[in-house]
Amino acid sequence: MAKLDSSFKNMLLSLTVISIGMSAALGFVYNLTKEPIAIAQKQKEVQAITEVLPEFDNDPTTSVKSVAGLSYYIATKQDQLVGYAINTFTDKGFSGRFTLMVGFKPDGTIHNISVLDQRETPGLGTKMKEPKFKDQFPGKNPAVDKLRVKKDGGSVDAITAATISSRAFCDAVQRAWEGYIANCIQDSIPVKAGSLPTDTISQSKGGNQ
Amino acid sequence: MSNIKHFTKGFFKENPTFVLVLGTCPTLAVTTAAMNGIGMGLATTFVLVFSNLFVALLKNVIPDKVRIAAFIVVIATFVTIVDLVMKAYTPDLYKTLGIFIPLIVVNCIILGRAEAFAQKNTVYNSILDGLGMGLGFTLAITLMGSIREVLGNGSIFDIRLMSQEAKTILIFILPPGAFLTYGYLIAIMNRIKARYNV
Repeated sequence: MAKLDSSFKNMLLSLTVISIGMSAALGFVYNLTKEPIAIAQKQKEVQAITEVLPEFDNDPTTSVKSVAGLSYYIATKQDQLVGYAINTFTDKGFSGRFTLMVGFKPDGTIHNISVLDQRETPGLGTKMKEPKFKDQFPGKNPAVDKLRVKKDGGSVDAITAATISSRAFCDAVQRAWEGYIANCIQDSIPVKAGSLPTDTISQSKGGNQ
Repeated sequence: MSNIKHFTKGFFKENPTFVLVLGTCPTLAVTTAAMNGIGMGLATTFVLVFSNLFVALLKNVIPDKVRIAAFIVVIATFVTIVDLVMKAYTPDLYKTLGIFIPLIVVNCIILGRAEAFAQKNTVYNSILDGLGMGLGFTLAITLMGSIREVLGNGSIFDIRLMSQEAKTILIFILPPGAFLTYGYLIAIMNRIKARYNV
């Protein structure tokens, strides 16, 4: 078959047909992967919450409160509050924004922290994921302990050669703590999940993040 | 079996990374760890094989003047497919490679092979070419990723080779290290080629 010559009609036809064919293929794959993508994202959310909180038996992703860019997940066990997981962020990272999941027990101490999404320098800032740095936080109560690097008069050992990332990490935790004070503290008497005012509860998909 | 050379040339003789020096952007940017190299390489291989296949299939119905536009539509489609599939099934790798997956669209290797090979050759040879080039690219950036990960972070495929406290040559993880590694590897490659006359 000889190559089609570049007449206007041929060009229009071949591009249109190729585009339509490819769009169809894309639509097909999109439908195929839509569900797995949603599942993967939810799994990640639940996994992060599990990591930062004591054992719970509800599904925290069903009642998510979103205020000012932070998401609050409530975890309960047999209707007893076990803690709050707060999805927090900082813009002070070395390579821009990174996000953390911080778990607070009902008394305000940090249970654990998990790094969700970060673009810090590999080998330097990424060390914030390693126990040596991260394990300084669990058990601390930001009301008592100053969560700042030692250079700034706090009680946190910064990562060597990654003070900016360490500061940013503290900033994100501090933000979570302030959010916790403002949004969770009134509920810290054990309450049933879902007894929050309904207007502040958005379904996980409707969260503003 | 003269066709087989279309497959093997991508590994050494016309290695896209070290000899043709195409697709240097992902080569420099994602090779901070060996695993990234494999992920990026295989994603690129997939796109390369299918874009070569479709370009070779459609070469006679695509008029010359709009061929680039048509190739880009084909390539962009397969990149989006890879993007969606990776997001669904390998979310962690997807997060690490980030923007570089969509950017496969503008990877010179793919358009280069479509333009230089697939549109002049048979479907079968084009698939072989795509596979060879893709795997050659994968090998090259995995090698670079391994070198940088070992020197810069003291680990390979996330397996620690040195203790947490060991001093590593950090610069290899940072962007200048990418250029250094790349330069040395190209030099070594040229030396081997000159010595053995391949």
